[in-house]
Amino acid sequence: MTKPSLSVKDLHVSIEEKEILKGFGIDVKGGEIHAIMGPNGTGKSTLASALMGHPNYEVTSGEATFNGEDLFDMEVDERARAGLFLAMQYPSEVSGVTNADFIRSAMNADRAEDDQVSLMQFIRKIDDKMGMLEIDQSFQHRYLNEGFSGGEKKRNEILQLLMLEPKIAILDEIDSGLDIDALKVVAKGINELRSDDFGCMIITHYQRLLNYIQPDYVHVMMQGRIVKSGGPELAQKLEEQGYEWIKEELGIEDERVGQE
Amino acid sequence: MTTELTFPVNEQQLQSFSKDRQEPAWFTNARLDALSKAGKLELPKPDKTKITKWNFTSFSYDAQGEATSSYKELSDAVRTLVGEEQKVENLITQKNGRSTYQAVQENLREQGVIFTDMETALKEHGDLVQKYFMKDAVSVDEHSLTAAHAALVNGGVFIYVPEGVEVKSPLQAIFAHEGSFGLFNHVLIVAEANSSLTYIENYLSEGSGEEAAANIVAEVYLEDGAKVRFGAVDNLAGAVTTYVNRRGQVNGRDAELYWALGQMNDGNTVSENTTYLHGQGSYGDTKTVSIGRGKQIQNFTTNVIHFGKDTDGQILKHGVMKEAATSIFNGISKIEKGATKANGEQTERVLMLSDKSRGDANPILLIDEDDVTAGHAASVGKIDPLQMFYLMSRGLSETEAERLIIHGFLEPVVGALPIDSVKEQLYDLIERKVY
Repeated sequence: MTKPSLSVKDLHVSIEEKEILKGFGIDVKGGEIHAIMGPNGTGKSTLASALMGHPNYEVTSGEATFNGEDLFDMEVDERARAGLFLAMQYPSEVSGVTNADFIRSAMNADRAEDDQVSLMQFIRKIDDKMGMLEIDQSFQHRYLNEGFSGGEKKRNEILQLLMLEPKIAILDEIDSGLDIDALKVVAKGINELRSDDFGCMIITHYQRLLNYIQPDYVHVMMQGRIVKSGGPELAQKLEEQGYEWIKEELGIEDERVGQE
Repeated sequence: MTTELTFPVNEQQLQSFSKDRQEPAWFTNARLDALSKAGKLELPKPDKTKITKWNFTSFSYDAQGEATSSYKELSDAVRTLVGEEQKVENLITQKNGRSTYQAVQENLREQGVIFTDMETALKEHGDLVQKYFMKDAVSVDEHSLTAAHAALVNGGVFIYVPEGVEVKSPLQAIFAHEGSFGLFNHVLIVAEANSSLTYIENYLSEGSGEEAAANIVAEVYLEDGAKVRFGAVDNLAGAVTTYVNRRGQVNGRDAELYWALGQMNDGNTVSENTTYLHGQGSYGDTKTVSIGRGKQIQNFTTNVIHFGKDTDGQILKHGVMKEAATSIFNGISKIEKGATKANGEQTERVLMLSDKSRGDANPILLIDEDDVTAGHAASVGKIDPLQMFYLMSRGLSETEAERLIIHGFLEPVVGALPIDSVKEQLYDLIERKVY
């Protein structure tokens, strides 16, 4: 079996006519964990949303292939069924739909009529994953994200990640708003998936999540593109010295999009 | 503006119809009196819906169905609702006003419970019917449709539960409609002190759709401590214009009336539901779900009127509009002077699935007493594209994502319905109507 791959080249993305991504490129393969770091306003979340197909973002040029297929030729649900997953920074609340019903529908979405996940299989799996993420049983029967705290929403995203077992996952600031214990739990969930069949792109402001999930590559984003890449030691240096030295090195005055 | 309505039944025909059914003289006279009023009174004026051009008068009046009494002769649609014959406990089925099947548990009869068709009730319990029929809850001369109803009643059931009797199994009625028949169905429920009952009714269409009118009235009377759960699933075909008026007269102290209404007609519909809370400490709860599709126009008005002290009225209405359907949802909580410590709350929510559908939610609080609590909430909106994005980002197709959101939208009402069989029927019906 070939490893999953997500390949993005020279991506330009706009929101409401304003260009946010300006020539972003990356290659993520199964077995690799990439950390995308950078200060606020540099286009990190736009990248995540655009790759998943968020309706508010417009891809103006560039290309992306997912396992060799043109990603931008696929609808949002087709991308998901092909194995792309986005853990969202601000997941929607859907009243009246229980978490369990939703997750089970999602698991069955790319399965044939005669190959649906049975209720027993589902319960066994969700109990197991919820145990690992230290989530209360009542979680299943609550309406999807409705009234969830920030931390509960993040855990729910990771629960869905573990239940759906995608090929490539993008985690958009999954660590923001989590205390250190919750962070460890979330990291444990992601580490659980590490294998050659799983690639991951972790978008974060802070290095601290990377203490628990060792990345293979670290990229720094500024002004809507990657300006520096390296190994785990780069994250360490950013933690110690901040982003100023990169700006100086590259002659960037203001790292935010649209400020240059 | 006065629009005189002409109903396709004259005095002689009505007299002979009444005679055929061996009705008591008071009822025949009431019919004739009402018929003369029906042509003179005006149509009702449901807020924000114009109904002057609707068909309330073009229908045939001769009952076509012959009375049968065999389960096997019931149509598939009716049998699906009934379930297995062996499990039938209390059931009346009618087609175009004539009874097609009746079953009542023997122990209920022994306790004095009456559950029978209106035709039989008029013959056998005429005095009891006369005491309540269109007296307090609904009046003959409110407008032309109530008058026409009183004149032309041709179907329905009568339920009487004596003091202290608790009817455990639901009393179920299924009213089938076919062809151009004008259905004038009357349901009269009397719950004496400390009695309780659950009543479930279904309206459905059979055969191919012909232009017809349905004029439905239900009256529920509750004495001290009585508890009535009234469930309905209206599912008449697109060619049927429906006026349905369900009212509860909660006279008794601490009496409780629960409405669970699935308003699923495919034709133009005016549906009024009113609860009068007279008894001190009485409780009225109305939950409705509605789906509009095609080009149908509907008006759903729920009133809860508080007269008694410490009364509590709750209204929860959710509706989904698709295609080019238009619906008005009016909720009115009225607290009269003297109804101290009353509490009235209501929520109306409308979800529109297309650009052409129209929905309007109007919560109204009318309060003439200071010492009360009341609240309302309303929303009209479309499916949130970000919700769609979220659900689809997990692999759900657009259709499946939309289906989940609609179910979720209706769930706070359907899931909270106090009658399980109505809940199940509605889940099925919503599934069929939305897709």
